[in-house]
Amino acid sequence: MMSKILEVKDLHVSFKTYKGEVKAVRGVDFHLNKGETIAIVGESGCGKSVTSQTIMRLIPNPPGVIKQGEIIFEGTDLTKASEKQMEKIRGSEISMIFQDPMTSLNPTLTIGTQIMEGLIKHQKLDKKTAREKAIEMLRLVGIPSPESRLDQYPHQFSGGMRQRAMIAIALACQPKVLIADEPTTALDVTIQAQIIDLMKALQEKTGTSIILITHDLGVVADIADRVVVMYAGKVVESGKLEEIFYQPKHPYTWGLLGSMPRLDLSRDQELLPIMGTPPNLLDPPQGCPFAARCQHAMSICTQEMPELDEVSSTHQVACWLQHPMAPEVKPPTAAVGGK
Amino acid sequence: MLRYTLKRLGYMVVTLWLIITITFFIMHLLPGTPLKNEEKIPPQVREQILEQYGLKDPLPVQYVKFMGNLLQGDLGKSMTLDGRNVADFIVEGFPVSAFVGSQAVIFGTLIGLLLGTIAGLNRGKLVDNAAIIVAVLGVSVPSFVMGGFLSYFVGVKLQWLPTGLWESYESSILPSLALSFGVIAQISRYVRTEMVEVLDQDYMKTAKAKGLNRSTVIIRHALRNALIPAVTVLGPLAVNIITGSLVIEQIFALPGLGKFFVQSIQQNDYTMIMGVTVFYSALIIIVIFLVDLLYGLIDPRIRISGAKE
Repeated sequence: MMSKILEVKDLHVSFKTYKGEVKAVRGVDFHLNKGETIAIVGESGCGKSVTSQTIMRLIPNPPGVIKQGEIIFEGTDLTKASEKQMEKIRGSEISMIFQDPMTSLNPTLTIGTQIMEGLIKHQKLDKKTAREKAIEMLRLVGIPSPESRLDQYPHQFSGGMRQRAMIAIALACQPKVLIADEPTTALDVTIQAQIIDLMKALQEKTGTSIILITHDLGVVADIADRVVVMYAGKVVESGKLEEIFYQPKHPYTWGLLGSMPRLDLSRDQELLPIMGTPPNLLDPPQGCPFAARCQHAMSICTQEMPELDEVSSTHQVACWLQHPMAPEVKPPTAAVGGK
Repeated sequence: MLRYTLKRLGYMVVTLWLIITITFFIMHLLPGTPLKNEEKIPPQVREQILEQYGLKDPLPVQYVKFMGNLLQGDLGKSMTLDGRNVADFIVEGFPVSAFVGSQAVIFGTLIGLLLGTIAGLNRGKLVDNAAIIVAVLGVSVPSFVMGGFLSYFVGVKLQWLPTGLWESYESSILPSLALSFGVIAQISRYVRTEMVEVLDQDYMKTAKAKGLNRSTVIIRHALRNALIPAVTVLGPLAVNIITGSLVIEQIFALPGLGKFFVQSIQQNDYTMIMGVTVFYSALIIIVIFLVDLLYGLIDPRIRISGAKE
C-alpha cells in the first residue's frame, strides 16, 4: 500500500465578485501518493488551476475564499495553516511551476538570484554554497555552461530554457510535492516533449510526487500514473491512466478523448469536439454540470448531481449512466479506439 | 557600454548646441532692448551703450562672438545688473536653489515612494483613497498656495521655523517642504499605478511560491519593477526643482537662481538669458543622461540592449 502524501477532501473555493459568488471549485476529492504523478485534466475554467493554487494557498484573498474542505499534507491541514507555516512549506515542501515561463521569472533579477533565494531562505545556506547549489541545479535541468548562465537575466534565456530554470527554482530545495500548472502549454511542441522528459527524469532521481495540471492528454499519457478529470469545479472521473484511457466511463472523458488526435485510429475517424460551453459558475446547475452538453443526458441528470461511484477500487466516476437502471451506452469509437 | 556612453555624450553636445542656437535667435526676435527707460536716454548715449555690448553688429556676427566666448567658458556680463558677470549670479544663486531643491526632491521621492507603495498594496482600500487625495492635492494646489500656507501657519502662527531669508539650515525647511508636495504627488502616483500592475504579474506568484516572506516579495520583486517609470519622471522633475522656483524663492525671500529666469526675460537681458539657458539645458541634459544610466541599473533589459547598439 502506497502512502498518501497529500489528500484533498471536499474542497470548495469561491471568488467574491461584483456579480456574486463564483463557485470555482465545488467539492473536489483526490489524493497523491508518494513518488507518483497524477494529472488533473479538464478544459479551461474547470477549476484545476484554482485547486492547485489553493494547495499552495496562493489564491488572493480577497476575492478568493476556501469555503470548506481540507488539504492534508503530512498530517497538517493546509487550509488552516498560518501564513508563517505556509511560507515554510512553499518552495521547500511543495513547489510550483507555472504555465508561462516568459512572465513567471522576474525580469530585473538574474536567474541565479532567483534560484538562490529559496535555498538561502529554506536551507539557510550562505551565498557561496547557494551559488554552487544553483549551478548544480541548472546543470541538472540541462542548461549548458551553467556557471555563466547563472548571472544572466531571464530575457537572455529562450522559452524552453526559462521553463528549465523555473523547474530548477522549484526543485532547488528538493520538495516532496511538485505542482506543475500547465508547464508545457506555452512552449513549442518539441520543447514540450523535452520538458516532460526532464520532469520524468528528475522525478526518478528525486522521488518527488507530481501533480500535473493540463488539458493536453498527450502529455498525460506520457507521464501520469493516475488521472483526475475535472469539470465545472468537480471531479467527474478519476482512475489509473489505463482505466481513464481505455475504459473511460464519463461522457465528458469520452469527449476529451474523442477530441484528441490519435495515431491508433483510422484516418477517416473524425475528431469529436464537445459541443457547447461549460456552465456559468456564478449559478451552477443543480444537477450534473455536464448534462446540458451530454448526448446521453436523462431527466435525472438535470435534477440531481450523481455521487462519485466506484467502478473499481482505483476507478471512480460521477455519472448517472453507472446507475443499474440506466440504459447501456457505449463510448464513441473516437474516444476509445475501434477495437 | 563605453561606446554607448560616448555616443550618448556626442548626442548631448549636439542637443545643447541646438538649444543654445535656437534660444539665441528667438531671443533676439523679442521686441525691445536691454536698456531701462529706453525713451529717456539720449540717442548718442544709447548708440554708445549698444555699441559697447556689441548689439550693433549683425546677428550672425553676435552669434559667432557669443559662441566663441562660450567655448572659452565666458558667459559674459549682465546687461542690466550693474554689469556683473553672469557666471557670478549662477555661482551665487545656484547653491541655494540646489540645496533647497535637492532636499525637496529627496524628501518628496522617499515619501512618494512610501505612499505609492502603500497605496498600491492596498488598492481600493481607505489608505489607497487617502493617498490618491494627497496626490491630487499635491498636483493641483499651486506651490505658492502651499508656500504661503506653510509660511503663515508654521512660521507666523506656530513660530516653529523661520518664515524666510537665508540664514541657517532652518530657513531651508519650509521652502523645501513646500516644493516637495509636487514631487510626492507625482512620484506616488507613478509608483502606485505601477505597483498595482506589478503585483498582478506572474513572477510575483513565483516569488510567493518560493516561500519568501511578504516584505521580501514586495521589496525585492515588486518595488524594483515598479520603480522604472518613476525614475523617468524623476530626472526632469529634479532639474526643474533644483534650478529654483521663482514663486517659492519670492515667498521665502531666498537668494536663489529662480528669480533670474523671469527677470532676465522681462528685461531683455540677453547675456543673462543665454547664461541661464546654457546652464539650465546643460543640467537637464546631464540629468537625463544620468537617469538613463540609472535605468540600466534597475532594468537589465535596457542595459544589455543599449550595449549592443
